[in-house]
Amino acid sequence: MKYYSYFPGCSSEATAKGLGLSVQAIAKPLDMELMELEDWTCCGSTPYGSLDEREAILVAARNLALAEKTGLDLVTPCPSCFVTLYGANLHLKQHPQLMGEVNEALAVINLDYHGKVRVRQLIEVLFRDVTPEVIASKVKRPLNGLKVAPYYGCQMVRPDYGFDDPESPQSLDILVNNLGGEAVPYPLKNRCCGGSLIIPEEGLALSLIRKLLENAVENGAQCITTPCPLCQMNLDAYQGKVNSKFKTNYNLPVLFTSQLIGIALGIDPASLGLNTNIVSPSKVLDYISKVKQGVNSGT
Amino acid sequence: MKSFVEEVAATPGGENIRACIQCGICTGTCPVANEMEYSPRGIIAMIRAGMRDEVLSSNSMWYCLSCYMCTVRCPRGVKPTEMAHALECLANQQGFKVKGTRTPAMYRSFVSSIKGNGRVHEFGTMFRYYLTTNPLAALKMLSVGLKLFLHKRLPLIPKRVKGKQDLSELIQKFGEIRGSQ
Amino acid sequence: MEPRIGVYVCHCGSNIASTVDVEEVARFAQDLDSVVVARAYKFMCSEPGQQLIKDDIKDLGINRVVVASCSPTMHEPTFRRACYEAGVNPYLFEMANIREHCSWVTEDKQEATEKAKALVSAAVKRVYYHQPLQSREAPVNANTLVVGGGIAGIQAALKVADSEHKVYLVEREPSIGGHMAQLDKTFPTLDCSACILTPKMTLVGSHPYIELMTYSEVVEVSGYIGNFKVKIRKKARYVDEDKCTGCGLCQTKCPWKVDSEFEAGMGKRKAIYTPFPQAVPNIPVIDKEHCAYFLSGKCRVCEKFCEAKAIDFEQEDKIIEIEVGSIILATGFNVFNPTPIYQYGYGRLDNVITSLEFERIVNSSGPTDGNIVLKDGSTPESIAIIHCVGSRDEKYHEYCSRVCCMYSMKLAHLIKEHTEAEVYEFYIDIRSFGKGFEEFYNRVLNEGTIFIRSRPAEITNIAESPEEEGKLIIQFEDTLIGRQRRLPVDMVILSVALEPQPDAEAVARLFNISRSADGFFLERHPKLDPVTTMTDGIFVTGCCQSPKDIPDTVAQASAAAAEALAMISKGKVEIEAATAVINEKLCSGCQTCKLICPFSAISFDEEKEVCRVNEALCKGCGACVGGCPSDAISLNHFTNEQIVAQMEGMLV
Repeated sequence: MKYYSYFPGCSSEATAKGLGLSVQAIAKPLDMELMELEDWTCCGSTPYGSLDEREAILVAARNLALAEKTGLDLVTPCPSCFVTLYGANLHLKQHPQLMGEVNEALAVINLDYHGKVRVRQLIEVLFRDVTPEVIASKVKRPLNGLKVAPYYGCQMVRPDYGFDDPESPQSLDILVNNLGGEAVPYPLKNRCCGGSLIIPEEGLALSLIRKLLENAVENGAQCITTPCPLCQMNLDAYQGKVNSKFKTNYNLPVLFTSQLIGIALGIDPASLGLNTNIVSPSKVLDYISKVKQGVNSGT
Repeated sequence: MKSFVEEVAATPGGENIRACIQCGICTGTCPVANEMEYSPRGIIAMIRAGMRDEVLSSNSMWYCLSCYMCTVRCPRGVKPTEMAHALECLANQQGFKVKGTRTPAMYRSFVSSIKGNGRVHEFGTMFRYYLTTNPLAALKMLSVGLKLFLHKRLPLIPKRVKGKQDLSELIQKFGEIRGSQ
Repeated sequence: MEPRIGVYVCHCGSNIASTVDVEEVARFAQDLDSVVVARAYKFMCSEPGQQLIKDDIKDLGINRVVVASCSPTMHEPTFRRACYEAGVNPYLFEMANIREHCSWVTEDKQEATEKAKALVSAAVKRVYYHQPLQSREAPVNANTLVVGGGIAGIQAALKVADSEHKVYLVEREPSIGGHMAQLDKTFPTLDCSACILTPKMTLVGSHPYIELMTYSEVVEVSGYIGNFKVKIRKKARYVDEDKCTGCGLCQTKCPWKVDSEFEAGMGKRKAIYTPFPQAVPNIPVIDKEHCAYFLSGKCRVCEKFCEAKAIDFEQEDKIIEIEVGSIILATGFNVFNPTPIYQYGYGRLDNVITSLEFERIVNSSGPTDGNIVLKDGSTPESIAIIHCVGSRDEKYHEYCSRVCCMYSMKLAHLIKEHTEAEVYEFYIDIRSFGKGFEEFYNRVLNEGTIFIRSRPAEITNIAESPEEEGKLIIQFEDTLIGRQRRLPVDMVILSVALEPQPDAEAVARLFNISRSADGFFLERHPKLDPVTTMTDGIFVTGCCQSPKDIPDTVAQASAAAAEALAMISKGKVEIEAATAVINEKLCSGCQTCKLICPFSAISFDEEKEVCRVNEALCKGCGACVGGCPSDAISLNHFTNEQIVAQMEGMLV
C-alpha cells in the first residue's frame, strides 16, 4: 500500500466532479491510499499568480505547510494545481528571504514550512509508483481496442519538470495501451485548449477547442481522454457551442483518464461519475461491452 | 530610480529577460500571438526600451493562457509565461486600466471567491464576473451553465471550509509584513 | 654563498596598485630577513623594469630575486630570463602572484595589502632555500605526425613536408578530404570545393616527404615534446595496396549496396568502395560489416574480377610504431543531428533535410546528379533555409557555429542558380564578417532570396487552409513586422551546427590535452596562442579547436605547421628542471613510486635494487614524493625545506 497526501483541487467537487469521484474510486484497487489534506484551501492557480505573485505563493504555501506535517508526498490530479504548488515550492526553496516572510505569516495560524514536501502529479504517480504493467495486470474489462485520443494539454507536461517530453509526450499513450485501448496518433495532443480564457475570450478558445476535436476525429478517435479539469470541461461542456458556432457535429465523449482507468478496472459507472460527462460516454461503454460479448459468443 | 528592465527583472518570473536575443520563437509558438496588442517578443523589446506605460496598459500579457510552450522552446532560458505573470501583477498592483480584454475582471472574481470561501466557488465566480462586466453576456452562457448544473457540476452554494478563516488571517498578516518593508 | 634577496613589487599599472598598497608592501619587504633591496615599480615586465633587476644584481650583489606581480604563467619565463642574462641561475627566482590571487579577487584594499604582504613574505622565505638547477636539453625528432586528413590536416602536412622534413598523415576514413570533399561550391568566391581540394590531395598522395596512412587510427601515445612514440593501427583494407591499380571494376561488380557516409545517407555505395571518385589513395576498402563474404562466406565477386589479383581476404590489422617530435591534431568536426528538435520534424516529415544532405543533392556528382528534387522526385517551388539549428541554443549548443549564415546564403544562391524556386532565409542575425562576405550577402539579396528575421517555432504538415495542403508549413513570428505568420513551402533545409566529434573526449585523453566547456579541444590562449595546447609539442588546428570556415582553417593549419617547424629548426627543446630525484641510499626498492608515476618516468634497477627517475620523462608532478614510504624522493625546486619555509612565511 502506498500512502499519499491528497490535494483534490477546487474543481474536483464542482465542474470536475467526474475527476474527483473517479480518482477516489481507482485508488484502493491500485493499492494507493489518498489521504485528503485536512482543511486544504485553494492553491491560487493562474489567476492569483497573475494579480499578486507573492501573496499567491503564500496561499499555496499554506497547503504545503499542512502537507509537510504529514510527511507524505503531496499528490494532486489537477495539472494546474500541480504547476502552482510545484512552482511555489521551488520558488520558496530558491528564495530564503521570501520563505522567511511566508513563515512569519504562517506563524499566525500555527504553521510553518521548511521546503520538505515533494509535490507530484497523479499521472506521474500512476506511471512511476504504480507502473503501467501493474495497472495492466489489474484490468478486468480491457478496452478492447477502443481508439482513444490521449490529450495532455499544457500544464501536465510543461514547463518541463523531468517526467514526460513537453513536445512529444507518451505517458498517456502508454497508459491507454496498457488498458487494452489503442492510443491513436494525435499530433495536437499537447496543444492548448484555451484554458481559463474560455470565459473572457470565448470565441478564441472555441476555435482552439475546435482544432483539437477536429484533429482527434481525423485520426480516428472514438473518444478523448485527459487528466485536466479545465481541458475536460472545455472539450466536453463546450462541444455543443463549437458545433453551433462552426456548424460541425462533433459527438466525441471526453473521459478523465482516471475514469478510463476505472472502467478498465471494472468499477461501476456511477462511482466514476460517468453521469457527469456532458457528451454521453454511453457509446464508449457499449463499444467495450459489445466487443466483449462478441468474444464470448464467438467461443 | 530603477529602470523598467530592472523592475521587471526583480519581480518573481521576470529574472531572465535580459538574455533575450529577440529571435521570436516564443511568439511563433504562442497560440494566441496574433490576438495580443504586442507579441511576447515585442513586449520584451518594449521593456528594454523602457516603455513602461505602453507595456503595462497593453492587453498582451492578459491573453497568456499559461501553456508554457514558449518557455520550453526559448533558446536562452527566458521564461515568457512567468514574465507575463509578472507584468500582470505589476499592472494590477499599480492600477493600470487595460482595454480590449476582460481577463483581469475574471481573475479578480476568481481571487475574491478564494478569499471569501477558502476555495473557488465556480458558480459564484462566474456570477460575479458577469455582473461586473457584461450581464447580458451571461445569457449566452446559459446553455453551458445549465448543462453543467443538470450534470451536477455546478453547485450553487459554496462549501463551508474551515480553512477560510485561516486564509484571511494569513493574508492579513502577510500584508502587514510587506507593508512594514 | 649567503643569499642576498632583491624584492620587486609591481604596480601593473592600476591592476595591482589600485587595490594593493604596493609601496607599503615594498617597505614591508625591505625589513624581511636577507632582503637587501625592495622596490616598487609600474611595470616590472617592461624593459626598464627588468633592467632594475639586472642593475641590482650587478651593483648590489643580489643573488636571489622575488617579483611580486602577476601569475607565473604570464611572466615567470620573462623574469627567469632576466636573471639568467644578468648571471643569476634562473631557478634562484620566485614569483608572488599578487594580481590574480590578490588584487583581482577583492575590492577591500586593506585585506588585499595584508594578503600581498603574506605572499611576498612566503616567497622571500622560500627563495632563500632555492638551489641553482640546470635545465637540460633534449633533441627534437624532426618527424611530425598529423592526425586527420581533412583540409586542415592536408594543409599542415604539406607545409611541414615542403621543408623537406618527414610527415606522417593519419586518416581514419579510407580517403583524405574530410568534410570539404562533400561540399559543392564554397563561399564567398563560389569556388568548387572539389576543384580546389583535389590538387592538394594529389600533392599529399605523391609527396616524397609525406607518408600517408589512411583507414588508420592512433591507438597509443607516449613520450614528451620532441620525443613522442606513437602506435597506429592500420586497419585491414582487404585490398593489397601495392597491387591495386585503382581501376574500380570491383566496385562496379559488387552486388551489395550500403548507405553512403560520404553522401550523408542520401545515396548508396558498395560493400567494397572508395568514398568518392577522386579519393586519395584511390584504393578501395572492404566494409567488413556489410560484405557478404565476411558475413556468410559467400560472393567473392570482387576477387573474381580483379585483374591485378589485389583482393586479400586474409589481411589483418597492423600496428605501426613511429617516432615523432611534434603532433598536430586536425580531427575536424561532426554535424549536429536535429532529430531531438521534435518541432522541426527532421526524421518525421519528408523533405526536411540538413544543410550537409542538401550539399550532396545540389552537387553534380551527388546522388541526384545535382538536380534539386523532393523525395518524390518532383521539383520544389519553394524552399526555406532555417539558420541556427542546434546553435545559439542552451538546450543543444550555446555557441554560434560561425559558418552557417554564410553557407546558408551560398545554398540560397545555388538554389536560385539551379531552379526557379522561391527561397526564404530564416535568420536571427546575419554574421557575414569575413573578406567578401558582406558583399556576398548583398549579392544574394539582389538575386531575390527573401530574408525573414525569425527563429521558426515549428514545422508541421497539419494544414489549416487549402493553400497549406500537402506542404510543409513553417509557423513563426516575423519579428520585424511583429506578427505570427504561417508559410507553406515544399522543402526545408536546416542549417545545422558544427559540433565536436563524438569521440573528442577519448581523443583528448589519448593525447593528454584538455577540452573547453563546449567540447572542442582547448588552445593554450584564445588570442595569443591559438594552436598550441597545454601539452608541449601537441598542436590543434582547424574545426577540432572551434568551428571555422575554410580560409580560417587553412590559415590556422599553416600556423600549426609553423610551430612544428620552429621546433624542428631549433633541433632541441628545453626540459624543465623541476624533476624528482631519488636518494639511492634511502631507497628500499619497494617500487611504490614506479606504480604511482602517471608518466612512466621511473624505472627499477634490478642489480642495485633501487628505483631511478628518467629526468626527461619526469613532469615534476610530485606524486612519487608523496607516495614514497621511506621519504627517499625529493622534488627539485619543491623540496620540503622550501615548502615549509613558504608556509612559515605565509603565516606572517
